[in-house]
Amino acid sequence: MSAQFLYGGAGILLFALGLWSLLVHEALLRKLIAINIAGGGVFHVFIAIAYRGDTAPPDPVPHALVLTGIVVAVSATALVLALHRRLEQAEESAADAEGRSESASASSAAPPPRTPTERTPTERTPTELTPADLTPADLTPETLHPETPHG
Amino acid sequence: MPTLLLLFDLVLLATLIVLALATVLSPEPRRAVMLFIAFGLWLALVWARLRAPDIALAEAAIGAGMGGALMLAAARRAAHRDEAAGGDGDKRA
Amino acid sequence: MKRDLALLLGILLALLAALLLWALHATLALEPGPRLAELASARLEETGVSNPVTAVLLNYRAYDTLLELAVLLAALLGIWSLGPAPAGYQRSGPALAALVDWIVPLAILAGGYLLWVGGHAPGGAFQAGALLGAAGVILRLSGEPSAGLPGEPAQRWLVVLGAGVFAVVGGGLLASGFGFLTYPPGQAKWLILLIESAATVAIGVTLTAAYVGGRPGSGTAHNGTGQSRTVQR
Repeated sequence: MSAQFLYGGAGILLFALGLWSLLVHEALLRKLIAINIAGGGVFHVFIAIAYRGDTAPPDPVPHALVLTGIVVAVSATALVLALHRRLEQAEESAADAEGRSESASASSAAPPPRTPTERTPTERTPTELTPADLTPADLTPETLHPETPHG
Repeated sequence: MPTLLLLFDLVLLATLIVLALATVLSPEPRRAVMLFIAFGLWLALVWARLRAPDIALAEAAIGAGMGGALMLAAARRAAHRDEAAGGDGDKRA
Repeated sequence: MKRDLALLLGILLALLAALLLWALHATLALEPGPRLAELASARLEETGVSNPVTAVLLNYRAYDTLLELAVLLAALLGIWSLGPAPAGYQRSGPALAALVDWIVPLAILAGGYLLWVGGHAPGGAFQAGALLGAAGVILRLSGEPSAGLPGEPAQRWLVVLGAGVFAVVGGGLLASGFGFLTYPPGQAKWLILLIESAATVAIGVTLTAAYVGGRPGSGTAHNGTGQSRTVQR
């Protein structure tokens, strides 16, 4: 009884912790780990409820449910990671294509020097200039007064 | 004897929750995944204590093992991606 | 701002956890009504296995396990539909290769043991399949691009083997008048062993293929791992 509550309570804490991490963190891998920890907490509650003390045998039905749950959780994890990799590939090839067109168009004019802090210059479209993009060489009338205003 | 067992239970659960906290709070992906594997193995240990050896085996092999291997590959890829983005940022432009 | 939000979410989730703890406490304080555990253990001799968890998984709730294998298959089909597998890792050195030569057969042997022992002791198809999957992961990490899996057609057959044998046994029992996955008395043990063996192979192949992470047999991805990227640049 008390052991059931102790272990079940730990499972609930793990669930809340995983849910918090899922909501707070942004990186996909951290979200995935958070979901797995929350799932582990739910499984833990199941196992704690199935526990009947050291003398009586535990309830096998929640055990079988948890076994199913573990396998399903891992297959979902594998699928999410495959989707994530595909997404990264798509982003990368889009960035590469954009980088090529950018450098091709910039080869006629003088290419603006990039600041070293700017790691992914092609995530924004080339027309969306932020103040960080503007180095003194960029301060020409065209960039200060673009032909197609936006924003 | 029961107080000793209670103490054992408390140590087991405190370690479990500390491992989960460390996993959730570590920002570096590879470190987080390794801590997650440790958390899964510890969870299996706790389930063995709760007389669920079948589930403990499955969690150690499938949850911590396969899940951890999958996530480690992803973490490695993320680290390479960061390195590539930081390393040849000026080469690209 | 973001820190405040995290704190607020933390407080809300702590309240949720307190509520759940109270609900758990109230549930445990109640007199337990009729439980499935007594029912499950009372008829354990008729199930053909003496490990109660295996009995629940492959006899009482066999359809559950069938659907679980279907979920595993669906996840793998999803992974395969996302494109070809990335390139493998570089070949391992002689020390690791020698270790792999030992570990992989041992993992397969231990998998077979776990499968057999699952009838009367902790073990079973999922644990055994996970060991086969671990053998595949080790092979892949040591530089075997296919992770020890056969070619694409054989791989497709092996992946559907688990759910397929399960469904064929269930359908055959239904056709011979017993009901879907209701084993005839006295034959439950061998039917369960047949299903579990097929499921073990299928789970092992599926987990390994999920680790490989792409459609087999169509060459390697142009942009898979970091290694292949650095070679390209």
